[in-house]
Amino acid sequence: MIQTMLTIALVLFAITITIAVIRIILGPSMPDRVLALDVIGVNLIASIAVFSVIMKTKAFLEVILILGILSFIGTIAYSKFIERGVIVERKRDR
Amino acid sequence: MKINDVILQTVTKLVVFIILTFGVELFFSGHNDPGGGFIGGLVLSSALVLLFLVHDIETVEKGIPVDFKKVAAVGVLFVVGTGVGAVLFGASFLSQAFGHFELPVFGSTELATVVLFEAGVAMAVVGTVVTIMLSISEDV
Repeated sequence: MIQTMLTIALVLFAITITIAVIRIILGPSMPDRVLALDVIGVNLIASIAVFSVIMKTKAFLEVILILGILSFIGTIAYSKFIERGVIVERKRDR
Repeated sequence: MKINDVILQTVTKLVVFIILTFGVELFFSGHNDPGGGFIGGLVLSSALVLLFLVHDIETVEKGIPVDFKKVAAVGVLFVVGTGVGAVLFGASFLSQAFGHFELPVFGSTELATVVLFEAGVAMAVVGTVVTIMLSISEDV
């Protein structure tokens, strides 16, 4: 029973990631693509958690932490690139 | 144009320490669990990259006055030094040793020379990644 539920959850996460990939390809504006990339990151984290419950192991929990950190930094970098056009500044002008 | 990013800077002050702690934990768990010098160095350098993103380069260099090219060079020196040090004791290149010692606080502890090798790898990775990030951002 619980195995079936977990498998259905994985399939739904896969469908969500596919829809987000379509949004990245079609997306009319740049913020749409950034938001879709963030959605893909969150869904990857959740699907890895479900997968580690299925496999009955703790080895993937560090992968979840690293994916969270990298997705956070990536979203910040994309947002800053959209807003200012430069990611790492030499000297902030203010 | 003056840009207001108080929330981002306040969150970064907390999150950088969480990421640094996680990097050190990954570095020390590399003996028996997933982890090690390379991935620990990558996580440590991601914390530094987050600092460079949120603040500018000159502020971070005033707070952390470290030349990251020298960090990479010292790391490679550690790696080669542990390899050559095994040759000096008559073993083959890069062979490692470990032993059990009685320490005052920690009790019976296993100390290995692999930790020095891993520290060298971590320093080389941190230096290389931060140098790449800074030299890419120079042109803009």
